[in-house]
Amino acid sequence: MGFEVSDGTHDAGRPRLYRRPMPLGWWLQNGAYFRFVVRELTCVFVGLFAVLSLWQVRALGQGAEEYARFVERLGAPAFAALSGVTLVAVLYHAVTFLNLTPTIVVIRIGQQRVPGWAIAGAHYAAAVVLSGVVAWILLQG
Amino acid sequence: MADTITLDVARYGPETDSEPSFQSYEVPCREDWVVLDALNYVKDQLDGSLTYRWSCRMGVCGSCGMMVDGQPKLTCAVPLSDYAPGPVRIEPLQFFPVVRDLVVDINDFLEKLRKVQPWIVRDEEKPIAEGEYRQTPAQLEAYKQFSMCINCMLCYAACPVVGLEEEFTGPAAIALAQRYNLDSRDQGAAQRMETLDEHDGMWGCTFVGECTKVCPKNVDPAGAIQLYKVASATNWFKSMLLPWGSK
Amino acid sequence: MDTLSCDLLIVGGGAAGLRAAIAAAAAVPDLDIAVISKVYPMRSHTVSAEGGAAAVIKPGDSLDAHAYDTVSGADWLSDQDVVEAFVEEAPREMLQLEHWGCPWNREPDGSVAVRPFGGMKIKRTWFAADKTGFHMLHALFQTSLRYGSVRRFDEWFVTKLLVDDGRCQGVVAIELATGKIHGITAKAVILCTGGCGKIFPFTTNANIKNGDGMALAYRAGVPLKDMEFVQYHPTGLPQTGILITEAARAEGGWMLNKDGYRYLQDYDLGTPTPEPVLRSMELGPRDRLSQAFIQEQERGRTLEGPYGHYVNLDIRHIGEKVIDRKLPFVRELCRKYANLDPVRELIPVRPVVHYMMGGVHTDIMGATPLGGLYAAGEVACVNLNGANRLGSNSLTECLVFGARAGRAAATFAAGAPAPAASVEAQVRDEERRLEDDFFNASGRTERIADVRSEMQSAMEESAGIYRTGASITAGAETVGRLQAHAQRLRLEDSSRTFNTELTAALELGYMLELAQVILRSAEARTESRGAHQRTDHPQRDDERFLAHSLAYRTDGGPPRIEYLPVTITRWPPGERVYGR
Repeated sequence: MGFEVSDGTHDAGRPRLYRRPMPLGWWLQNGAYFRFVVRELTCVFVGLFAVLSLWQVRALGQGAEEYARFVERLGAPAFAALSGVTLVAVLYHAVTFLNLTPTIVVIRIGQQRVPGWAIAGAHYAAAVVLSGVVAWILLQG
Repeated sequence: MADTITLDVARYGPETDSEPSFQSYEVPCREDWVVLDALNYVKDQLDGSLTYRWSCRMGVCGSCGMMVDGQPKLTCAVPLSDYAPGPVRIEPLQFFPVVRDLVVDINDFLEKLRKVQPWIVRDEEKPIAEGEYRQTPAQLEAYKQFSMCINCMLCYAACPVVGLEEEFTGPAAIALAQRYNLDSRDQGAAQRMETLDEHDGMWGCTFVGECTKVCPKNVDPAGAIQLYKVASATNWFKSMLLPWGSK
Repeated sequence: MDTLSCDLLIVGGGAAGLRAAIAAAAAVPDLDIAVISKVYPMRSHTVSAEGGAAAVIKPGDSLDAHAYDTVSGADWLSDQDVVEAFVEEAPREMLQLEHWGCPWNREPDGSVAVRPFGGMKIKRTWFAADKTGFHMLHALFQTSLRYGSVRRFDEWFVTKLLVDDGRCQGVVAIELATGKIHGITAKAVILCTGGCGKIFPFTTNANIKNGDGMALAYRAGVPLKDMEFVQYHPTGLPQTGILITEAARAEGGWMLNKDGYRYLQDYDLGTPTPEPVLRSMELGPRDRLSQAFIQEQERGRTLEGPYGHYVNLDIRHIGEKVIDRKLPFVRELCRKYANLDPVRELIPVRPVVHYMMGGVHTDIMGATPLGGLYAAGEVACVNLNGANRLGSNSLTECLVFGARAGRAAATFAAGAPAPAASVEAQVRDEERRLEDDFFNASGRTERIADVRSEMQSAMEESAGIYRTGASITAGAETVGRLQAHAQRLRLEDSSRTFNTELTAALELGYMLELAQVILRSAEARTESRGAHQRTDHPQRDDERFLAHSLAYRTDGGPPRIEYLPVTITRWPPGERVYGR
């Protein structure tokens, strides 16, 4: 086999490149991808929780009797289990979300960038305070 | 530590192979060697046909990126002894078409790079005779981190979106667009936004965050892209709320 | 057979090549320009330059001071008309790069900051932390993407210059991705391929620095100039040769022998002070510092490690804050490649080959004696650097003379006739040569790596920091023998796709040819000047050798050496005084 001499069109006859197809299970091949896909999937539970809240508001609007029935349904074992899973998923979502805040929020003091732990810490602190306020309001009522 | 270590190296020759296979080489495992030294040992002493790129061997030219035990690495910047007792698996950067053995085709990146217009855009050029554009150390600091990109392509090999969507502009190119946007001398942010404010641009990014983790120069492309998204969203809100305002 | 063609072909995509391309595109807008390089442009060795680039910008400095530092640093072997043009155009070029986005370090008021450097009377080195070359290269590369008239042949390896009718009319090159051989005709060609540090075993140079352009020009009949002058940088890491920038000393670093003593004071380089003093001690010129190391070694006052003798560079007293702001790369390199933190520990260093003062003979515009062929950057010898290059002049040289060559070649190409059809026969011949030499050969036994490492040790032995007539003759004999061995190189790789063994073999051929030129030029210069130190001829001899050597290729025999007088305008030869 000899060298091929150029036919003058240097794009022609590019080499046969090997393209590895993306395997279906690409997200199982390393921990980081897996955690990312799980984070994306937890959105479903965040959505679920939102739907549940809307349902609750609707029940509230339909009177005390309807609301009592709603609360009773929530207490069913299957629902309780689902609520447990949702809680875990939403917490995972919240934690991963807060952990990403240092990347998005850039604050500089002089030439120094505020370190990531301070940004994330501030967000965590804010989350704790807000949760506390909500809990206080609910428990008051 | 063992005296030797086994390298399992991906081999692919377009003239003879339909897909890559692995070949094993036993090489000395020396305390002061990086992974690239082991490959050079193979090339010089064991198998002259092993094909890979390298040049500066000081972590700045960006040639020698490969997958080392499944992670994108600059092979000149990782100690071989980190992988003892081995074996250590060496493959071409994933999500790129393979030309041969450990050499991948990066021409697509260069096209994408050109598209984001990575140069200073000015409405009016200042004549050289009038001297430099003033830029304070704080203004320099605002973009410096994003200017450290050596185009080594590790971030592309870390990003599953790059693997899933060929058209995605990708981490390094978007980070370099942001590098110019944040440069006080530049006035091209609006025209760059036109190219990047679309699905294949910044919105392709789902914030996996791996690009930032693998970057050997701490460029933080994930951060650059999210900042870009914030800027785009802010623009959108502004145009909604103040449609008469300047664009 | 069809051949690719363009108007202006630039070989090499580093600082000089890209600057030339942009200058040419700006000078003659409708010119069809192509940059051909064996690596992607951003991989070029410019990327490794650390400390900075010199140009007069601050009040208190002057063009004359820059010129004097350059001329005295060069041991008066610079052409002073070239130096004057250089220092005058340097600030403009550096400002141009500032306008193109290079992230220069700044003063609090936003003006460009400068740092001191070796052999400099006044500080004038512009810097982007200690990754100046990296930032310059990427700024140039990214800016070049704006120019639609600049095409690129990335990862194409040039094997030959096409010469016909006394004019360079293009190149023959291997497209690495396919292995195809192409002729590319051009009305003008600029060589910007850098130096050849890889001829030596310990070097700061990247793997790609094999003197391709020097050898291509030499084989095409163009003389190589001042090739005996090889710069050793005094501070490389012992095992890898990785450069620890001169900026480490400019920011206040000390050179210490095994007793922790600042030994440079014993070598007529001044008296030690805690703060760095310009043109003194650690800020003396590179040739003198490297020579002091060898003498210190002979006195038994260096340390010895697994990779030979070394001394220590101490930057601990500079402090973590300044190190992280001005020398972050030094810290990164020490941590990754020497397994130590320079904030707390001493850095082991030794002199390593860094730069070729010599190169392809050009005039002040970058034109070689061969019509249509130009050269700029380290590959060229425009007579700026003389016998020893001043630190931080090389990046600026790439800009000033890259731009000059780009403009000159563009003008030449615009007025030149189309390449002759006859060059196609040369492409065929070259293809046959490559085929016969590397793929159809049998009975080949020599390993590339063996020949290469033997050449490298022979060069260190015979043409290192100190040379003698006898060492040079012995080296030339070894290299001659190796050239014969190189005729029998065995390729294990028979693939046409990205055959890096083939390119390594071709590069070895280039390097052996140049090794011979370095040795023969060194043999002929029976004096000591700058980086060329003959222990058997220790004095500078302005009577006979205030002249550039020109090495011409001959058929079969050693190169023919001729001399060209140095141009003196305003600085008559004098004593090189440092630290006094």
